[in-house]
Amino acid sequence: MNRRSASSNRATPNGRASILAKIRKNVRNPEDPVRVARVADRLSRSPVGLIPARARKPHDKQVDLFCEQAVKVQASITRIKSIEDLPTALAEYLRDRNLPKKVRMGNAPFLKQAGWDKLPDFEISNGPSVGDDPVGLSHAFAGAAESGTLILESGSDNPTTLNFLPETHCVVIRASDISGDYETAWTAVREKYGKGNMPRTVNMITGPSRSGDIEQTLLLGAHGPRALQIFVVED
Amino acid sequence: MQITSPYFKEKSSEALKDANLQKAMGNVERGFIDKRANAAANLPEFEALRDRAKEIKDHVLDHLDLYLENYEEKVQETGGRVHWAAGAQDARNIILDICKRANAKTVTKGKSMIAEEIAINEHLERNGIEPIETDLGEYIIQLRGEAPSHIIAPAVHVNKEEVEADFRRSHRHLPPGRNLEDPTSLLSEARSVLRDKFLAADVGITGANFLVAETGTSIIVTNEGNGDLTQILPRVHIVLASIEKIVPTLEDVSQILRVLARSATGQDMSVYTTFSTGPRRAEDPDGPEEYHVVLLDNGRSDMLGTEFQDMLRCIRCGACMNHCPVYNAVGGHSYGWVYPGPMGAVLTPTLIGVEKGGHLPNASTFCGRCESVCPMRIPLPKMMRHWREKEFERHLTPDGMRRGLLLWAWMAKHPKLYHAGSRLVINMLGMIGSRKGSFKRLPLAGGWTEHRDLPVPEGQTFQQQWAARRRNSKVGQAA
Repeated sequence: MNRRSASSNRATPNGRASILAKIRKNVRNPEDPVRVARVADRLSRSPVGLIPARARKPHDKQVDLFCEQAVKVQASITRIKSIEDLPTALAEYLRDRNLPKKVRMGNAPFLKQAGWDKLPDFEISNGPSVGDDPVGLSHAFAGAAESGTLILESGSDNPTTLNFLPETHCVVIRASDISGDYETAWTAVREKYGKGNMPRTVNMITGPSRSGDIEQTLLLGAHGPRALQIFVVED
Repeated sequence: MQITSPYFKEKSSEALKDANLQKAMGNVERGFIDKRANAAANLPEFEALRDRAKEIKDHVLDHLDLYLENYEEKVQETGGRVHWAAGAQDARNIILDICKRANAKTVTKGKSMIAEEIAINEHLERNGIEPIETDLGEYIIQLRGEAPSHIIAPAVHVNKEEVEADFRRSHRHLPPGRNLEDPTSLLSEARSVLRDKFLAADVGITGANFLVAETGTSIIVTNEGNGDLTQILPRVHIVLASIEKIVPTLEDVSQILRVLARSATGQDMSVYTTFSTGPRRAEDPDGPEEYHVVLLDNGRSDMLGTEFQDMLRCIRCGACMNHCPVYNAVGGHSYGWVYPGPMGAVLTPTLIGVEKGGHLPNASTFCGRCESVCPMRIPLPKMMRHWREKEFERHLTPDGMRRGLLLWAWMAKHPKLYHAGSRLVINMLGMIGSRKGSFKRLPLAGGWTEHRDLPVPEGQTFQQQWAARRRNSKVGQAA
């Protein structure tokens, strides 16, 4: 490719040193003695910015808003009383859509509590997806009401492939894990993993997969799931 | 990618006559402008969040070296590797090395404008590795052998009949009689063709919308889920990101996310916002075994501390081009390189040089819509003006235009002469054209009359009318 000068078409030895040196030369106030302290302070305090008013409301209203917003982005919602109601509710959802009685899920303890022996004619298996699973079932550790967003972490409890390969993605979330905003989820992550640490993958999911790439017309079911079904457990 | 930016005027003329393109560009207004306006109106804090987002990036740019060091340390702590690439060739070498070590035959790719900037696809192909674009729009243009014409809707210039023809030409293993009239059937076909490619790829390359210094995390924001399949299925994940993508904390990312999708597609949030930190952990049943981040500078550190620093706040939402009357008329390919529209007009001369990209900042009416919708409040018109000044200073402007501008400037500094001159011209034009009503052709004004008629001036100059009005109002006051 043509570039501005011949030099940028040659490899630069020690890119790290040369890039950092150039930044230090050009940045505003490089000699400012408080630069280092300012950065350290921001990273350690992680100050919370502006939270939209719609996110700040009583918890039951946040759960309602979460459901409303999720439906607006073409997810579907079933509210159930307890995790033990999940197998029946899931069976009903799949039957209504003529989907096979075959579900793949991770080892999330919360999902195990559901009591899957209630569905003896279902093929239920555990582990990541290799691409041929019609239905994936996951557990979201948090939900943000402001945009109806689910937040899931990777690990053997919730293999990330289950969020993307199956055509139908079912996600279970405790009502008590739903809050108004995204920031609350980061607090939960820090409590679990320690400040500055993250699981390999965190997925924020807002509705089923879609594309507007053909004539800017929105079509559901691009490469990820065609349908996103959320079970809210009112615990 | 061949740079055609110096031929912006010629390419624009062709674009204006291209009926297919003009039809496709009609979708931009329907697809983006109203949706953004609604999304912004539905969030009362939207304007305040724009201010926050701008502050965060300004703070990052003033401390970029320190945040990059912090970020690198966190990536290494989690078992990932950071590679620093000063220029495009460095980045190409690094990526090719990683792919070779992984014995890669095929590489899936999530959408990345920086990948276009360094032309990685051509480089991989030359070295016997097949790159596969997986974003639907990118896949379409890869089949067509084209470059993206929009930074978030790469195939916005293509109509669905053209996509159908491309799929029939490229997917020869499928029955020729299949029905592809409906856009849904096109989407399904792309989904099934690409699904096999995702599962077979040895390496996945994605871009990054953000890099989080606090945690060493890279973030991609997508709607299709292709970026995720690209980065969780292959054994090796390469993140290609430019140095200004850094944000300090997860809280800071959350602020910017609230303006990103709203400005881009009018969604509150894109469907998938994915945070990746290092390779898979011991207990993870899936995810990549290797995680590499290629940090690209490619001229960006030269923008720090200059009048173009503000451009480094850009989060690539595309709002500026969606709202640009010039972009909407001529489409993205006229701009001749990777980045079109107002953000491209500012960025392109910085990255490929004002000699090649200097035409682009002239492609503006200075209407200011780009700045008014930019979520990061980047003063795009002001920066385009800086480029025009540089172009003039460096004698890159054509001689005729230079002489004209100098003459005009001299006249403008001598108001009496200017008024007398304009009176003379107006009166003459008025006399010559008094019976015609408009001019179809006029010497020295061919650029105007080629596309539209020039109305014949009637009556007096603006200065004369103004003076007369002031006289009248004084008379009125006295009475």
